[in-house]
Amino acid sequence: MKKTDRKLFDKNILGPALWQSVVKLKPNILWRNPVMFTTAVGAVLVTLDLFFLADRHEPLGFAAQIAAWLWFTVLFANFAEAMAEGRGKAQADTLRKSRQSVTAFRMGSRDELEQVPAESLRKDDLVVVVAGQTIPADGEVVEGAATVNESAITGESAPVIREAGGDRSAVTGGTSVLSDRLVIRVTADPGKGFMDRMIALIEGAKRQKTPNEIALSILLSALTLIFLLVVGTFHPLAKWVGIDVPVTILVSLLVCLIPTTIGGLLSAIGIAGIDRLTQRNVLATSGRAVEAAGDVDVLLLDKTGTITMGDRQAVDFHPAPGVDEADLTLAALLCSLPDQTPEGRSIVDLAARRGHAVPDSVLTGSVFHPFSAQTRMSGIDFPSGRNLRKGASAAVASFAGGSLSQAVAADVERISRAGGTPLVVADQSRVLGTVHLKDIVKAGLPERFKLFRAMGIRTVMITGDNPLTAAAIAQEAGVDGFLAEATPEDKLALIRKEQADGHMVAMTGDGTNDAPALAQADVGIAMNTGTQAAKEAGNMVDLDSNPGKLIDVVEVGKQMLLTRGSLTTFSVANDIAKYFAILPAIMVATFPQMRALDIMRLGSPHSAILSAVIFNALIIVALIPLALRGVEFRALTAGQLLRRNLLVYGLGGVVAPFIGIKSIDILLNLLKVV
Amino acid sequence: MEFHGWLQLALFSGLLLALTKPMGLWLRMVLDPSRTSWMDRFCLPMERATFRLLGIDAAKGMDWKGWVASVLLFNFSGLLFTFAVLLCQGWLPLNPQGFGGLSWHLALNTAVSFATNTNWQSYGGESTLSYFSQMVGLATHNFTSAATGIAVAAAVVRGLAEKGESVLGNFWTDLVRIHVRLLLPMAFLFALFLVSQGVIMNFHPYLSVTTLSGAIQNLPMGPAASQIAIKMLGTNGGGFFNVNAAHPFENPNVLSNLLQILSIFAIPAGLVWWMGDKFRNRAHGWTVWVVMFSLFLAGVLVSWHFEAQGNPRAIAQGIEAQGNWEGKETRFGIFGSALFATVTTDASCGAVNSMHDSFTPLGGLVPLVNMQLGEVVFGGVGAGLYGMIVFIVLGIFLAGLMVGRTPEYLGRKIQAFDVKMASVAILCQAFGTLVLTGVAASTSWGGAGVANQGPHGLSEILYAFTSAVANNGSAFGGLSANVPWYNTLLALGMLLGRLAVIVPVLALAGNFSRKVVSPPGPGTFPVHGPTFGVLLLFTVVVVGALTYFPALVLGPVLEHFLMTGSNLLF
Repeated sequence: MKKTDRKLFDKNILGPALWQSVVKLKPNILWRNPVMFTTAVGAVLVTLDLFFLADRHEPLGFAAQIAAWLWFTVLFANFAEAMAEGRGKAQADTLRKSRQSVTAFRMGSRDELEQVPAESLRKDDLVVVVAGQTIPADGEVVEGAATVNESAITGESAPVIREAGGDRSAVTGGTSVLSDRLVIRVTADPGKGFMDRMIALIEGAKRQKTPNEIALSILLSALTLIFLLVVGTFHPLAKWVGIDVPVTILVSLLVCLIPTTIGGLLSAIGIAGIDRLTQRNVLATSGRAVEAAGDVDVLLLDKTGTITMGDRQAVDFHPAPGVDEADLTLAALLCSLPDQTPEGRSIVDLAARRGHAVPDSVLTGSVFHPFSAQTRMSGIDFPSGRNLRKGASAAVASFAGGSLSQAVAADVERISRAGGTPLVVADQSRVLGTVHLKDIVKAGLPERFKLFRAMGIRTVMITGDNPLTAAAIAQEAGVDGFLAEATPEDKLALIRKEQADGHMVAMTGDGTNDAPALAQADVGIAMNTGTQAAKEAGNMVDLDSNPGKLIDVVEVGKQMLLTRGSLTTFSVANDIAKYFAILPAIMVATFPQMRALDIMRLGSPHSAILSAVIFNALIIVALIPLALRGVEFRALTAGQLLRRNLLVYGLGGVVAPFIGIKSIDILLNLLKVV
Repeated sequence: MEFHGWLQLALFSGLLLALTKPMGLWLRMVLDPSRTSWMDRFCLPMERATFRLLGIDAAKGMDWKGWVASVLLFNFSGLLFTFAVLLCQGWLPLNPQGFGGLSWHLALNTAVSFATNTNWQSYGGESTLSYFSQMVGLATHNFTSAATGIAVAAAVVRGLAEKGESVLGNFWTDLVRIHVRLLLPMAFLFALFLVSQGVIMNFHPYLSVTTLSGAIQNLPMGPAASQIAIKMLGTNGGGFFNVNAAHPFENPNVLSNLLQILSIFAIPAGLVWWMGDKFRNRAHGWTVWVVMFSLFLAGVLVSWHFEAQGNPRAIAQGIEAQGNWEGKETRFGIFGSALFATVTTDASCGAVNSMHDSFTPLGGLVPLVNMQLGEVVFGGVGAGLYGMIVFIVLGIFLAGLMVGRTPEYLGRKIQAFDVKMASVAILCQAFGTLVLTGVAASTSWGGAGVANQGPHGLSEILYAFTSAVANNGSAFGGLSANVPWYNTLLALGMLLGRLAVIVPVLALAGNFSRKVVSPPGPGTFPVHGPTFGVLLLFTVVVVGALTYFPALVLGPVLEHFLMTGSNLLF
C-alpha cells in the first residue's frame, strides 16, 4: 500500500488556499454555509456601524478590533475549506502522474516494440507481455501460452494458463504474467473516461453534500436560527431592565453562540475524508460512499489476497518411505534456491527454519529450469549429472519415469483434500517425497477481526474452496462466517439477505460477474485490475487492487463521522463559557452586582467580549489539523467510544474555552489593546 | 429544609416509583388494542357501541398525515364549541350567579387554553364562569385534550417501535379507548377520594356566611371535585377557583396535596414505562425515567433550598423570621409548596397551591426553567413523552456521530427529515417564548399589564409566555393578562406550542415507521445505562440553557443578585 504522506501545511497548498479564502467571501459561495453567511452578515453590520454610527457607546478601537476578528472568523473557515480542497487537488495531480507511469510494450506494424503509457493503448492494439510484467489492459491472447497470476481477480491462488485460441485466451488488465511470453490484442480502451471522472471528484469539482452532512447542516442552521432569536430578543429584554446593548456587542454575542467552529470546518472534514481515502490509493465515486463505509457492519472478504497471502507457502515436508526427511528437505532446498517464485522462496525459508542451509556456491555451473506452463515443474541440473525436479505430481512422476508410490500418492491426495497444493520432489528417477504448500492467514488478522467483532462488524470470508477447506481457513483466520464454493450469484444472494436483515454490507470485487454484487453492496470496492463493468458497478476503486484495504476504508468512513460529531459537540459545549464571558460584561456597567457571574474574572467588559470573539475565531484555525487528519479512530464498542468522546469533546468543549478566553484576556490586558 | 420535608420527598419519590410500572401495565391495556386483557369484558361492548355510533373503523390504521388531520379536526371543533359556549354563557343553564357572556378575546383565550391542554386562566373561575361553562365548556377539554396528548404519544411510540404503513394506529380508536379505559374510571375514583377529603361537589348558589369576626363572606360553591380530579390526572391545571389548588375547597389538606401532586405524574410516568415495554427495551424506558426523575429532584431541591432560605433582606429587617412564607398556604408549608411548584411545571399541569410570583428569584426560576426545558420531566400526559423523544432524537444525532456511525435510534438511522422535524419543534418553542416576550416587553400594552418594573416585571412577562407556549397554564401572577393583546398573543403562543410539537413529532414517527431497521450489535449506540442517561440529561439542559440563559439572566438571576447585593427594590 502506497501512502503519500503529505505535510499538513504544504507550501504549495498554503499559498493558493490563502487566496481562495478571500475568493470564497463571494456571497453566492458563502450562502451555501448558513452559519458562515450569518457571521459574514454580522461582520458587515459591525463594519458599517464603524463608519456610519454617530453616537458610539464603545471606543472605536474596540469596535474596529471586533469587526476585524469577525472577518477573520469567516476567512479562517474559508481557509479550512480551501486547504482541504487544495490537498485534494494535489492528490489528484499525483494520481494522474502515477497512472501515466504504467508502461506497455506496443507492437508496431513491423513487429517492432514501442514503449508507451498504458493509458494511450486503444482497442485492437497489440502488446507484448513477458514474465514478470503486468498485463496493461483487458485483452485476448493471440500468440503464445503462459502462466498468469489472476489471484486478485479469481480469488484462486494457483496460477492459471492462458494461451492463444480456445476458451482460455482472455486476459485481464492488472494480472501478471509469471512465465513465458504473450502477445495480446487489447479489447477495451483502458480506463476510458472512468478514471478521469473519478479524479474530478477528488478535486472537489462536483462535490455534493452527503446525507449525514445535510442532516448536520440542518441542525446547524436550526441552532443558528435559535441564537438569532436569542440575540434578537435580548435587545428588547435588556432594554426593559435598563440596558441598551450596542449592535457591535449583539453581533459579537451572536457570532460566539452560533456553531461557527463546526460550521467552518464541516465541508473541510468531508473533503479531507475523501482525501484520506485517496492517500490510501482508494478512489471513492462519492462522499456518500465514504460515509456509508462508516456504517458498514458486514464485511465480505475474499479469501485470497485479503485473508490469506496471495501465494501459497510451504508448511511441511512429507518424505517418501525409506527417504530421510533431511534428504527431501535438502533436495527441495537445492531446486528452489534459484527459483524466485513465492512458492520457491517459501521452501527455502522453511528449510532454513528447519536448520538446512547451503551456500549459493553449490549452484556453480548448474542449470536452472524455471517453472513453465508446459512442463508444470521446475528444477536444477548439476554439472555432476544430478537432476532435481519439483512440481505437479503427474509431471514429476513422468519425469521420474513411472508412477508414484502408494504412500506418496496418498500424501498428495491428503494435501489436496485439505485445500493445500502438493509439490512432488524427485532426484532423477527417485521420488523423494512431497512438499505441502498451503494458504497462510496473514499475520495479525485474527486480532483485527476480533476488534471488528467488538465494534459490531461481522466478517464473512468468500472463497471458491470446498466447504471443508473453507471451514479450516475460516477458523484459523477467526472470521465470523464463510461462503464456500461461492459463485457471483451466491455473493449477490448473500448481500441481499444481509441487507434485508438491516445490515450494511461492504465487499470487494473485480470480475464482470461481480458487478451485480458490487452494485448491490452498500460499499463496493472494485479492484483497479478488474473489469470496466466491475468498476462502474462499485462505488470505490482501489488503485493498488488490494482487497484487504476494505478494512481501511471502513476506518476512514468511521473517522469522518467521528470527526464531525466530535467537533459539533465541542462547538456547542463552547457556548457555555462564552455566555459567562459576555453576559456579565454587558450588564456589569448598569448592575455591578452581576460581576458575580463573571466567574473567569476577566479584565474589563470590553476585553471580555473581545477575548470571546478572538477565541471563537482562533479555535477554527486550531482545529484545522484535526479536521483534516480526522479524529483518531479506535476499535472500541459504541459505548466505550461514546464515553471517551463525550469526555474529550463534550467536557473538553465546556472547559477549553474557559481557559482559552481567560488566557487571551490576560494577553489583551497585558498588551493594553482595549 | 426541615426533616418532614425530606420525609415527604422520600414518600413522594417512593410512591412515584411504585406507581410507574402498574400505571404502565394499565396503559398497555389501553394503548395496545391487539392485546387482550380483563378490561375487555367491561370496556369492549361500550367501545364497540361508540365506534358504531360514530362510524369509526377501529381497526383501520392511519398514516401520520391522517393523524395530523384528525387531531386538528377534533381539537379545533372542540375549541369552536367552547368558544361559543363561553360567548353565550348568559343564555345557558346552570348559572346560579347569573354571569354574562365573556368578551371575545377572553373567550378565545380560554377556549384555546383548554383545547391545548394549557389551562391558562385569564379569568377567575368563581367570578366569571357558570357551572355549565365549567363542566361542559371546560371540563370536557380536560378529558379530550389529555386524551389527545396520550393518543399522540402512543402513535409516536408505535411509529418508532414498528415498521409499516399503518402502525401509528387510529386516532379515534385511541381517543375512545383512553376515555373508557383510563381517564373516566381514574378520574371518577380520584374525585371520590377528593370528596372524602373535603373537596366540594354541588350545584348550590354561593353561600353567604358570617365569619367569627362578624364580617359577611361570600363562599363560592360548585361541582369542583369532578373537575379537580381530571385537572390533575390530565395535567390540565385549570382550577375551579381562581387561586387554584391553594383554595381549601380544591385542596383541603396535606394528604390531598400529596396525592394531587402524585396524580400529575401518574400517567406520564406510566407512559415512559410503556414506551420501554413497546420498544422491547425496558431498560431504555427506565433510563429515560431516571433522567426525568433527576431533573425533578434537582428542581425541587433548588426551589426548596431558596424558599427555605427566604429573602435575606426581609429577614435582616425582621419582616420574615425564617424562610419565604409569602404567598404560601401554611397547611402545605414551604416544602409542600416547592414540591407542587416543581411538579406542576415539570409536567404541563399548571395547577398551583402557592403564588409563584412571591417565590424568591431563584426559587421561582425553577418553575420557569422547567417549562422552558419543554416540560419533559415526566411532562404533560403524552406531551412530556413526545417532547422527550424530540430531545432523544437530537441528543443521539449530536453525540451518535461520535461512535463513528450514522446516528441510529432503535436501529433506525436519524436522517435529514428527522433532524428537520426535531429542529422545528425546538425552534417553534423558542420562537414563541422569546419573540412574544420580546414583543410584550417593548410595547406599551405589554408594560401596562405588569405590576412590577425591573427584572421582576420581566420575569412576569417571560413566565406568562413561557407558560403559554409550554402549554403549562400556571401563572406567575402580577400580570393583568385579561386584555385583548395579552389574551390573543397568549392564545397564539398556546396554539404554536401545542401544534408546532404535535405535527413535527407525528411526521417524525411516520418517517421512522418507514425506515429500514438494523439489528442491534456492539456497534449500536446504547440507549440505556448511565452514559446515555447523562447524554440525554445534558442535551435537555444544554439546549434549554443555551436558548433561555440570557433571558433568565436578565430576569430572575439579575433579581437574585440585586436582592443579595443591593438596596434596590422593584
